[in-house]
Amino acid sequence: MSMLIELVKLFLIFFKVGLFTFGGGYAMIPLIRNEVVGAGYLSLMQVDQFIGIAESTPGPFAINIATFVGYNSYGVFGSILATLGVVLPSFIIIISIAIFSAKILKAKPVQNALSWINPLTLGLILSAGVSVVINAIFGGMDGLVAFDADYIGLTIFGVILLLSLFVKKINPIILILLSGILGLIGYSIF
Amino acid sequence: MVKNTYFNIFISFFKIGLFTFGGGYAMMRVMEKEFVDNKKWMDSKSMLELLAISQSTPGPFAINSATYIGYQQKKVWGSVAATLGVVLPSFFLIILISIFLEAFSTNVYIQNVLKGINAGVAVLIFQAWFSLSKNIGVTAINIILMAIGFFISLFIPSFSVIYLILITAMFAIIYGLIRNRGQVDVDVN
Repeated sequence: MSMLIELVKLFLIFFKVGLFTFGGGYAMIPLIRNEVVGAGYLSLMQVDQFIGIAESTPGPFAINIATFVGYNSYGVFGSILATLGVVLPSFIIIISIAIFSAKILKAKPVQNALSWINPLTLGLILSAGVSVVINAIFGGMDGLVAFDADYIGLTIFGVILLLSLFVKKINPIILILLSGILGLIGYSIF
Repeated sequence: MVKNTYFNIFISFFKIGLFTFGGGYAMMRVMEKEFVDNKKWMDSKSMLELLAISQSTPGPFAINSATYIGYQQKKVWGSVAATLGVVLPSFFLIILISIFLEAFSTNVYIQNVLKGINAGVAVLIFQAWFSLSKNIGVTAINIILMAIGFFISLFIPSFSVIYLILITAMFAIIYGLIRNRGQVDVDVN
């Protein structure tokens, strides 16, 4: 019985994470950290170690940490439950929006709002690109100011950029795989 | 246009889930290639709308977009197929990593591959930005809004995106009302 309560608790905690994390990405880390550490699933150090791992694995952070915590606490079944919990809020909300989206998106106030949100969103994308460059190649703002570049990373970025400019139709998946190969060669040799 | 069976939807999103690096934005480029260029399930403009919807609702972009596109293709079961597809790669990988945690975080070759990917995906984000930018006109107001989004999220990362979007939406709606009233006044005169 107490096991059942524990599993329900695990599900509910990640349901809450799924419900209250807006904007995705790393904006949600503080909330996730509080929930997971507060409930005693992981220590603060374990969470920070996992953030490092999650940064370098595909998939959204919220899903990754749900799977990780669920597995650590209750095995595969726990990871299914936690992942389901984190996915369900978005799933339900987006389906309700999708059902009415044709009508909602045509409404005049929504159109007005979107006409401003779209350029704003493009600004957010641009800043995401710039901060990936700053973090991956300069190791943060301080590195950028001192121009303390990771030259292998910078070279990989340059090669991929040139390739994307000259071979416009290239599949982005090829670019990701190539970056990985270049990373393996570059960082392992030099 | 590729036939949208549940299996097709699942496979497309599995692929996207597998190549989601760099915090969600890089996957936009992969999605664009898959759904706008290859399968022609949506246009670039709806992609931008999807992003706006996703950012003003809770949950990761990957889940939101999978649920949304899945629903548009094949209703609720399409959503289920898409969401399952986008979640499963991370799910398996993380379970694998949980088992081999030490080996994964200390293996220098794996880390080198990942460092390379982190440097390369930045290009994908710029590509997504560039192609989606074609959907909006080069007007003073658009440039100002883009600059606001850029500088706030770069220099004040603690400022929640949802507030930024809500505030922008509010001003946009008020601006729309004022502009409309102006037009109505003209009509009356």
